[in-house]
Amino acid sequence: MTIPVEALLKKKENKSRFDRDAELAAGDAKRRDFHEELFELEEKGEWIVQRVPEPYVEVPTKYGRMKKVPKQMMWHHKSCGQCGHIPGYSTSIFWVQRKLGVDYNDPTDQTSCTAWNYYASATSNAAAQAAVAGRNFAAAYETGYFPLIHCGTSYGHYKEVREELLLHGELRKEVREIMKTLGKPLVMPEEIVHYSEWFYAMKDEIAKHQVRDFSDIAVTVHPACHYYKLVEQDAIYDPDVYGGQRTAIVSGVATALGAEVRDYSTWFDCCGFGFRHILVQRDFTRSFATQRKIEKMKEEANPDVTLTHDTGCVTTLDKSQFAAQAHDRNVGVPVMSEAQFAALAMGAHPYKVCQLHWHSADYRPLLEKMGIDWRAAWAEFEAEVERLEKGEIDFLTWADVDA
Amino acid sequence: MSQTGALYKAEAVAGYADVPLEEKQRLFDEVKADMRFPDYIYGCYECGICVAVCPSARFYDFSPRRIAQAVAREDAELVYQQMQEDIWECSQCFSCLRCPRGNNPGGIITIMREVSINNGLASAREALEGYTRIIYKIMSTGTQVSPDMLQPDAFPDWGPEVKDVSDKLELWRRALPPETHHTTTTGWEVSDKTLVELYLIWHKTGALKMIEEVDEGLHMILEEVMEERLEEEGIEV
Ligand code: SF4
Ligand code: SF4
Repeated sequence: MTIPVEALLKKKENKSRFDRDAELAAGDAKRRDFHEELFELEEKGEWIVQRVPEPYVEVPTKYGRMKKVPKQMMWHHKSCGQCGHIPGYSTSIFWVQRKLGVDYNDPTDQTSCTAWNYYASATSNAAAQAAVAGRNFAAAYETGYFPLIHCGTSYGHYKEVREELLLHGELRKEVREIMKTLGKPLVMPEEIVHYSEWFYAMKDEIAKHQVRDFSDIAVTVHPACHYYKLVEQDAIYDPDVYGGQRTAIVSGVATALGAEVRDYSTWFDCCGFGFRHILVQRDFTRSFATQRKIEKMKEEANPDVTLTHDTGCVTTLDKSQFAAQAHDRNVGVPVMSEAQFAALAMGAHPYKVCQLHWHSADYRPLLEKMGIDWRAAWAEFEAEVERLEKGEIDFLTWADVDA
Repeated sequence: MSQTGALYKAEAVAGYADVPLEEKQRLFDEVKADMRFPDYIYGCYECGICVAVCPSARFYDFSPRRIAQAVAREDAELVYQQMQEDIWECSQCFSCLRCPRGNNPGGIITIMREVSINNGLASAREALEGYTRIIYKIMSTGTQVSPDMLQPDAFPDWGPEVKDVSDKLELWRRALPPETHHTTTTGWEVSDKTLVELYLIWHKTGALKMIEEVDEGLHMILEEVMEERLEEEGIEV
């Protein structure tokens, strides 16, 4: 058979189908620093760039670019699933920041990023998603505080939105028009910062406030997909953590607190959340979370706890274990965020602050290993609830939780 | 249809009545017209790396490689079949961004889903059955899940803690020190002004209109809630 050289060459000439700009070839695009375009667009009056306030810490990202993480002036962009179903997650973030004297703003002028719904149902579009992001960014800008994104999906999605806005002038125009009807400018933060980046940047400071010894605690880490797979060039990597081959973020904090980080083979796998699956197709979620994550961790690392840094991952890994227990699967690993873990290290109350009673997998043996008398702690929490019930207090305050 | 033909061409696609090729092409053209599409597919090596990392591929007859190949080859027939059969199995984890070709199969699926919704495909309507209360929650309150969703009958597989939470909900919410967290019907307290702005976004970007294609009843309720609120503010949409 003769090789159809002519036909092949002709096909090659016709590049219209998948022509790609050499400059934007995947690798280059990932390595480029978007800040030049970001500020150029500001100069052209297309948007306002909210600067990272000083003081900030510079941390290395995947391809070496240094990312500014502010130490102060946080506008807390909360997470639906954290606040709604695992509220000790957000409470711990606030508690740790209060202990470190951070000036912050916990706004009511904030909506969800709505990306959970978008990835679950696609009942939205690029313009709506960018406008929701833009509205929240403008709301933060108006206060002078800098957005700190609690949810891994919000963080990943906002980075996607930023990329889309950088690439598409017509999208910027559309979103700018919408912002105008809301009486707001189009604002883009200089950096999109996840709360776990703040914890990583502040890990030595956090360790200085440590009051509980974690040297006997073994952890496994589940890195959140939307943190480091979406717009991967923005995630934090450290040559000293796994040779810079995977994100350093949670492992760095756990190590700084003296815990032993143990490896397991399926670390790259997602948790099984699936966005729609966790709500309406949980057979998939349960199977994946237990068979590909929890059981592997158990078999290969047998940790005291698994730490992660996103809403969906904590929920999925924690809640999926109950049903698996009924089938005698090798599960039973407590799950929490590194924010709760760090708060516990700093002496936080396991119930008043970390709100572990909202979690499913048994965390009590872990608390015992941390030297915490959970029975006494629970009695203290119950006493507070009784005060609430009797009407002696309306709410548990920050002063109450440290009393 | 001949016997041999029947092996290749079923009367129905994934259990749904077949449509003419022109209709399939029209839907695929809508996918391609999305501004993100050119950044999501650069052809495909057929290396299968995306399949190796894909959680949904482990549990379903599903493959991001097949999706990437179908769109790269501009195979409107196959793309249509995937829109009816495959796309709702994806977990949207974006592990497939590991693609050495720089493709984003998960992103292509997001676009395919959007086109399915916009065109009210039967599979999209089915995929969202049982999910619509969540759409109502996010679009009308600005937070996706709320504490009062934690009901034992909704989450029987999440363990006895769900019942504890639902029994004590109101008290346990007041036992949260952040002031924004004392809510039971939303994740946190969202201000009225913020909601009005969100409703305007849903209206102006056509996101609200999308709901009409998949659930008319839900669309009517949402429209009513939003218009009433916007009218109170003296805003006409
Ligand atoms: S985004 Fe979808 S296709 Fe891609 S790896 Fe995840 S589940 Fe698979
Ligand atoms: S990883 Fe990329 S190139 Fe390889 S099969 Fe998947 S889409 Fe194609």
